[in-house]
Formats: sequence, structure tokens, C-alpha cells
Amino acid sequence: MSAQPIADNLFTEDMSALVGARNRENGHIFFPLPLTPDDNIEPIRLASRGTVWTYTVQRFPPKAPYAGPTDPEKFKPYVVAYVSLPGQTMVESRLTGVEPEDVTIGMEVELTAIPLDPDAPPEEQKLIHAFKPVQGE
Amino acid sequence: MSDVCIVGAGIHPFGRTEGRDGMDQGIFAVKQALADSGIEWKDVQFAFGGSAASGNADNMVSQLGLTGIQFINVSNGCATGGSALNAAVSAIKSGEYEMGMAVGFDKHPRGAFNADPSSYGLPNWYGEAGYMLTVQFFGAKIMRYLHEHNISRETLGRVAEKAFRNGVKTDHAWRRSEVDLETIMNAPMICDPLTKYMFCSPAEGAVALILASEKKARELGVPIIRLKSSVMRTRPPGSFEVFAASIDNERGGTATEIASKAAFEQAGMGPDDIDIAQLQDTESGAEIMHMAENGFCQPGDQEQWLLEGRSDITGQLPINTDGGCLACGEPIGASGLRQVYENVVQLRGTAGARQVPGDPKTAYTQVYGAPGVSAVTILQR
Repeated sequence: MSAQPIADNLFTEDMSALVGARNRENGHIFFPLPLTPDDNIEPIRLASRGTVWTYTVQRFPPKAPYAGPTDPEKFKPYVVAYVSLPGQTMVESRLTGVEPEDVTIGMEVELTAIPLDPDAPPEEQKLIHAFKPVQGE
Repeated sequence: MSDVCIVGAGIHPFGRTEGRDGMDQGIFAVKQALADSGIEWKDVQFAFGGSAASGNADNMVSQLGLTGIQFINVSNGCATGGSALNAAVSAIKSGEYEMGMAVGFDKHPRGAFNADPSSYGLPNWYGEAGYMLTVQFFGAKIMRYLHEHNISRETLGRVAEKAFRNGVKTDHAWRRSEVDLETIMNAPMICDPLTKYMFCSPAEGAVALILASEKKARELGVPIIRLKSSVMRTRPPGSFEVFAASIDNERGGTATEIASKAAFEQAGMGPDDIDIAQLQDTESGAEIMHMAENGFCQPGDQEQWLLEGRSDITGQLPINTDGGCLACGEPIGASGLRQVYENVVQLRGTAGARQVPGDPKTAYTQVYGAPGVSAVTILQR
């Protein structure tokens, strides 16, 4: 078995988009899809491209319930951003493929999936969502 | 209509007190407040109180005296103290009672607050993937604010520098030594753009306030501090709060803006009428945002304010004169009441080394917390 998403209903089946939620009554779009089914809420495919609205950097290893690598020697700070998806919502997400010092507000990014612990054996890897800079058009 | 008055104030020093639990710190503060107002426990007709981590406040009666008093526990997160005060004011305004108490206390373990995703309606992956940290929220929120309003990171450092400078002069503060700007800026980054010194820590402490009707206050013959407004509000649509897996593209207002507006209306005052302000400073960025959200300056003007020392004790509007949360730490249940305590002391003119000059007559407090609650008071001498 290869790497699996960290949770059901986080990504679409083909992993090409995140699954968001839309309120049928007022059209409000948010993320993620709630755990409890609700007749008023329908799943929606979120845009896979957006822009960084804001960000920060997690500089120290988090405590539980964090399930990624926490060894202070090996811990690598990670960027947490809000990515604005046009006409939908802003999704909280890690950024990948960019050093913290090079992140800028407004930068264009696209969805990808990364292992929570890159050092874990492939069959145990859990995939989480992240956005990476869009390479030159 | 006659005003509700604060006739007594007591505080247990903030920080760490080994061997004394949160509730005992609360008792300490209550006894001090009673002595301050020259009354006895049996004279207190009702109480509202709370703590986030140190038990039910109404248990205090077993130590204070079984007088049969009405004692209602308040549990409202970071606004616990503010909400207790708010409820106490209403009880007196209603005419049902003449004198009562608002009390808040807490004792938290060291380190950042631990949070469980399910208690916020979030899936487990949110915590496992490393998003369940309040510090990320503070970093991301002020990062955007600095960008939008063209404020330098150094301004964050100046807020912390001021807090520690004021803390040195404050008996009840936890951090009692100055930290220079360079040290603050070069300290380890916690969540960009906030360094270690720009965050407050969970701590311990307690505050008790005795409130009375104006008539009762006159009978007591103590210095009268009038509560011109006490307002608590929750968030409007489109606010940016902690532990949000998504936020709306369309941005909205804040709980603080709503509470502040209502408080000024209630008091019949505006920001220019205020002589001292205590604003929620969970981290340096919060103080900067709250300066504008409470109407004291335009967004973006904070840089100049800090550079010119306009929010120093000797400035045009002293802000966080006791060092705020940055110097005092944040015992959740007591934090909002500490702000009011500090204003009472300042308005009485008994703040010693940190006394705001010029005989201040009006003072403002604002406490803010998860998930988007804000409480404001305006006091007048």
C-alpha cells in the first residue's frame, strides 16, 4: 500500500483538489467538510490555485496531537498560510517548495500533497495538503 | 440614571506562586478588596466569579464565610473576568442589589495552552498535521495586518519593550526587568513575525472588585470610581479567529470594534475623551491592532505612535500602564479584571512609580479572547 491521505474527505478521490463545503441555503463556502452530515451542507471541489493572503512559520515542534516529526534536532520549521481561492474561501494550509524567508503575501500557489513525516516508510506515510509556488507560466 | 461604582479592588500578584492554588489566590484578592473598601464579607450581597483552570468560584464561600450569598459561576474563556464584571453591574443597575463582587482567578501550567481539535468542532487531522497552535493564529493575523497597513516589525518590538519597561514599576507584574529592543528583535522566532518576547505566557493571579450603587458608595465614604460602561460582545461575520481551517474571502469587522462602539455610546464619550487605556496584548500584535479597533488611532498610525512614545506612561494616551499581559502573564479568569484593577489604581492616583501624570479622569479597558469575544469597560472618577 502506498501513502494515504491523513483523513477521508480531505482531498477528492484523484487528489487533485481539496473538498470544501457549501451551505445550500446561503451559498457560504468553507473548509473542511464537517464530520457530521448535514442536509444543508454539500461537498464542493475547491480551486487548486490561489494566492497567499497571509502566513506564519511554525518555528518549534508542536506538542500532541501533532503527529509529525518532533525531534528538536531534526525538526524543520514549516510555513502555515491562508490561501485565498478565488470566489470560494481562504484555506489554511502548509506551503511547500519555498523557504520561509522567500514567502510573500500575494504569491501564486497551487495544491499538492506532502507526507507529514518524509522519513516514515512509504507504506506508513500520511499525506497532508500543502500549496507550492506556481512555476513560471 | 445613577452609576455603578467600584468601591474596592484587590489583586494577588501575577506570575508564579508556588504552593498557593488558584482559588487561594482568589481568596487573597477578595480579602484585599474587602479591606480596601472597608467592608466585611457579610456585607457582600452577591458575587459573580470564574476561573478557566482553578475550579468553581462559588467554592470560595467555604473560606470566606457561609453567609448564604448568591454566587454565580462565570465561564466565558478569556472574557470570564469581563463577563463577571458585566453581570455584577447589571445586578446593581437592576436595583435588586446594592453591593456585590466580581472575582476572577487562575493558575495554568507552564507553556502554551494545549488544545483538542474535537472541542473546537475540528477533525483530528487538523491537530495531527500541526495547525492546533494558538501562536500560529497570532503570527498569521499580525503578518497580514503589518502588510496591509505598512507597519514595520520593529513596531512589534517597541510594544514589548514598553510592556517590560512598565512592568518594572508594577508590584503585581510578573516580568520585572527591562528588555531592550535589540534583544527582543533578535530573540528566537516563535511564529513569524513574533519573537519569544512578543508573546505573553499563561500564568497565575487573581483580582477581585467590589461594586456598589452610587448611594451605597457615598455611604461608605471611599473614593468613587464610576463604571460608565461595561459591554461584552461576540464576533460578527468575517472576523479572523483562532483555529480556523478556513476564513471568508470577504473580510468583516471584529468583536472588539462592536464592543468598543457600544461602550463609547453607553458612556456618552469618544476615544478622545479617554486618558488611559488597558488593551488586550496577548502578543505585541494584539496591542497594535486593538489601538485601532478601539478607535484610538487609524490603522497604520501605530508605528508613529510607538516611535514617538505616545502610548508611554507619559504619552498622550498611556496604554498598558502595568505592562499588560506581556509583563503580567495571562491567568485567563483574572486577566480582564486586572485591567480594571489597574485603572482603578491609576484613577485614584495611587499607582506609585507608574502613575500616569496629569490627574487622569477616564480610563478604558478591553479584553479579547477565543473564539472572538471582547469586553470593554470605561471608568470615570
